[in-house]
Amino acid sequence: MEAANKGCCCQSMKAQDERYQKLADIIARYAGQPGALIPVLHQAQEVFGYLPNDVQVLIAEGLDVPLSEVDGVITFYSLFTSQPRGKYTIGVCMGTACYVKGAAAVLEELKQQLGIDVNGTSADGLFTLEVTRCVGACGLAPVMNIGDDVYGRLKPEDIREILDKYIQAERQADA
Amino acid sequence: MVTLTIDGQVVTVPADYTVLEAAEAAGIRIPRLCYLKDVSQTGSCRVCVVEIGGRLQAACVFPVSEGLEVKTNTPMVRESRRTTVELLLSNHPQDCLTCLRNQTCELQKLAQELNIRQVSFEGERTHFPIDLSSPSIIRDPNKCILCRRCISVCSEIQGVDILAARERGFDTVVSPAWQEELANTACTNCGQCVLVCPVGALTEQDDTEKVWAALADPDTHVVVQTAPAVRVTLGEEFGLEPGTVVTGKMITALRRLGFDAVFDTDFSADLTIMEEANELLQRLNDGGKLPMITSCSPGWIKFIEHQFPSLLDHLSTCKSPQQMFGALAKTYYPRKVGLDPAKIVTVSIMPCTAKKFEAERPEMRSSGYQDVDIVLTVRELARMIKEAGIDFVNLPDGEYDAPMGISTGAGLIFGATGGVMEAALRTAYEVVTGKTLAKLDFTDVRGLEGIKEASVDLDGTVLKVAVAHGLGNARKVMELIQQGKAEYHFIEIMACPGGCIGGGGQPIPTSTEIRQKRIEGIYAADRDMPLRKSHENPAIKVLYEEFLGEPLGEMSHKLLHTSYTPRLKYRTAAPCKDQEQLAGNA
Ligand code: SF4
Ligand code: SF4
Ligand code: SF4
Ligand code: FES
Repeated sequence: MEAANKGCCCQSMKAQDERYQKLADIIARYAGQPGALIPVLHQAQEVFGYLPNDVQVLIAEGLDVPLSEVDGVITFYSLFTSQPRGKYTIGVCMGTACYVKGAAAVLEELKQQLGIDVNGTSADGLFTLEVTRCVGACGLAPVMNIGDDVYGRLKPEDIREILDKYIQAERQADA
Repeated sequence: MVTLTIDGQVVTVPADYTVLEAAEAAGIRIPRLCYLKDVSQTGSCRVCVVEIGGRLQAACVFPVSEGLEVKTNTPMVRESRRTTVELLLSNHPQDCLTCLRNQTCELQKLAQELNIRQVSFEGERTHFPIDLSSPSIIRDPNKCILCRRCISVCSEIQGVDILAARERGFDTVVSPAWQEELANTACTNCGQCVLVCPVGALTEQDDTEKVWAALADPDTHVVVQTAPAVRVTLGEEFGLEPGTVVTGKMITALRRLGFDAVFDTDFSADLTIMEEANELLQRLNDGGKLPMITSCSPGWIKFIEHQFPSLLDHLSTCKSPQQMFGALAKTYYPRKVGLDPAKIVTVSIMPCTAKKFEAERPEMRSSGYQDVDIVLTVRELARMIKEAGIDFVNLPDGEYDAPMGISTGAGLIFGATGGVMEAALRTAYEVVTGKTLAKLDFTDVRGLEGIKEASVDLDGTVLKVAVAHGLGNARKVMELIQQGKAEYHFIEIMACPGGCIGGGGQPIPTSTEIRQKRIEGIYAADRDMPLRKSHENPAIKVLYEEFLGEPLGEMSHKLLHTSYTPRLKYRTAAPCKDQEQLAGNA
């Protein structure tokens, strides 16, 4: 295959990024085997955290599978994502009880504060925002969780303070 | 052979038949939607259900077996079919009156056949943006019924793999990867997906309004050219048998529509042969790049640009006949008749959706203007003829205008797979040997076999040639070249199965049987031509004497030859500067 057909060609940049080396190893292990696509996508997602477009192209070329099929499989299974994930996933419960108690306003506040939509990831790479079905904590409605932490009886005005906690912890870890 | 019973009839059919095929053999037509012979057999729509052993089975994929009992018309069957189609209709825009596929739509026809008079389900409708990015094809996913025929044709027959189903359930959409617009993909604009789409979800870009506007403008001189393959298919739009030759009626219809001059792409096909045969001989003599590959088919050109950019120097530098015509229609022609080239509008009637893209390529402006202004498919021309109230079937025959309407049988056979090769051989043989060909028909290169080979003795030198049609076959030939295993001198490649008679702008339906009849029409018309070799075309001789000089001369190079653009296979979203660089120097 000609160089021009290789999906992305920032070889110099990528050579320094060991994730691409791992990806090449994964592809090499599965190339030529039937049914390789799903396990390769799975392992690639473990390496990168998500499946960016250039990784999809490298997998398509490496396994000789059409890119349209790679994209079809990724979008079919909810376990794959082509969007980067933040360090923490925020899940806002949209079950009936939470909804009635104002989950929509909480969600709106999160979107505003983070500057993203549902399923988006904040620019600092810290948070991915999702909505969830009823998490069974209706007594605490409205509820959200950030990673393993659960927050209940939320009001929109609580949000800023909660987010700042994670942001500060991150700054301290960096310093 | 196996024997089974269908609706009480005993039927004996080959063992590899499906129930649907067996029923057809017994004269029972089972309704279907996703199944399309020779193209798609996914068993996904469940419109074709029949009762076997008390259960519903999809007839299009269910194999026959000895003693099988099939019922095709029971209350359970009728109810299931209706429910299936009603569910489709509940998520379908009810746009029939203004839809391009009104009256040729298979969903409409099915609703009529199944006697559906109301839709009992109130469904939520999906809303997707309409993709208008391609100059050739419009994709309206809102009308898509997810039959997946387009996916089959694009992957399995064309091997381009642009379309696939993405997402799931209610959100499912058939689209290019990443919901990319068609114009940003390696789509070749071949239009094979348009030919197989049962509904109005994939259609040609309609340019008829632009033509009406040019015809209504008193200041323009509107010139039309008709491609070789159009004359054997246009009649189908008016109920005539596939393969009926309607050249004379088509010319009369074009005059009545108001075109100022009616010319023939066969003329410039003859010219293409003069240039291309000489280019081949030059490459053979001077050790040029071989095998040389034809360049008439814009779907094929875009395919090689994306898929094999390092092999572009195998392509003949000859423009396609459409573009040679356009370049001359705004230089030679106005000079000859004393017109201002700025006032000329060139329209072409093509079997092809990719020709719309070709006409807009930036390099196709060698006259100083866009050489071909507007491209219409056969379907669009038929719509204009109907709109004008012209009774096509009963029209008297007309004749092309001189000089650019004068042509030979060699130009005409460009419309069928193998035709360009045969036309080139007729000329190359006589140019090289100085002898007259005893037998003009090179039957080895004719017909619907995917890849055809032949060798021709040019007075001692044996010329090895190959012909491929359909891009899946083209890929096989290109891989041979890549591996250094293609021992050919000259290869003809056409993007569409069957060549232009099976082009993406042809009447719907276009099936294998219909392609075969159109091919027969082409060769019958060739046999009836007084002249059948391009180098004998008197108008071409005059063109060289008066204007071009000689084949491959300076003027030819300026107007009739072109260059190609390496393109990427994917647009990755990753920020990547090297990629643009690479596109520039691949
Ligand atoms: S695709 Fe068929 S059913 Fe749908 S709007 Fe067009 S004609 Fe009507
Ligand atoms: S026009 Fe041809 S290449 Fe493009 S999507 Fe349709 S079938 Fe595929
Ligand atoms: S676009 Fe047409 S051919 Fe393709 S899946 Fe939809 S309805 Fe079928
Ligand atoms: S026609 Fe048989 S399942 Fe669609």
